[in-house]
Amino acid sequence: MAAGRQARAPVFAALGDETRLLLVAKLCGGQPYSISQLTRGSGLTRQAITKHLRVLERAGLVHNVRAGRERRFRFDPRPMEGMREYLDFVSRQWDQVLSRLKSFVEA
Amino acid sequence: MNDRIEKRVELAAPISRVWRALTDYREFGEWFGVKLDGPFVPGQVSRGQITYPGCEHIKWEAVVQKMEHERLFSFKWPHPKSLDKADYPLDYSGEPSTLVEFRLEKTATGTLLLVTESGFDKLPDDRRLEGFRRNDGGWTEQMKNIERYVTKTS
Repeated sequence: MAAGRQARAPVFAALGDETRLLLVAKLCGGQPYSISQLTRGSGLTRQAITKHLRVLERAGLVHNVRAGRERRFRFDPRPMEGMREYLDFVSRQWDQVLSRLKSFVEA
Repeated sequence: MNDRIEKRVELAAPISRVWRALTDYREFGEWFGVKLDGPFVPGQVSRGQITYPGCEHIKWEAVVQKMEHERLFSFKWPHPKSLDKADYPLDYSGEPSTLVEFRLEKTATGTLLLVTESGFDKLPDDRRLEGFRRNDGGWTEQMKNIERYVTKTS
């Protein structure tokens, strides 16, 4: 929850892009990757990959860690969990409201 | 990633009955738990006060979108930054909102109601997380109220 205190770019927007989803799919195995590793075989330039990683970083979904001379990027699932929890919470409220509607119209 | 909530409810009531419960502001208020100032009019802001126990300080505000007779009722619903008592009165205009849609279909036994709330991708993340934390706080307060009540009456 503490992660939510920082003003971040929306997680949904960050994931609303095919390239970034592919990056997340690759990174969510838990192993950190360098930009070179992520660029290889992607059909995109290093600059493009860097730009996408920045968006993911701003959303808090990716953090970079220094490994010797290079930076490696690691996936952080927490913002996604926060989002799911919120949707679950709103969803439960709807269940309650709609069960009241059901009793109301069926009475 | 799923950015919407979808609900399907089978109602054992005719479509006209369900439509009235949804779109007559007094009937809507009864099951939703809100006291509305006046009727729903497409394109206009609907205002009122939540009456649901524990949430009475929360203001209701929505912008009615569509009212297609016995088919579709929709409104835009702001998700304000705070629902805390301390922050009221609060201006909802300019707050990010979601779109709530009620769709009705006639069935052999009554009415099928489809409810969707979409546009969560437009809400800032901190809004969602604050909302969730707020809910936690609300429950803690409720538990305290119950405890107070129980100890007072025992």
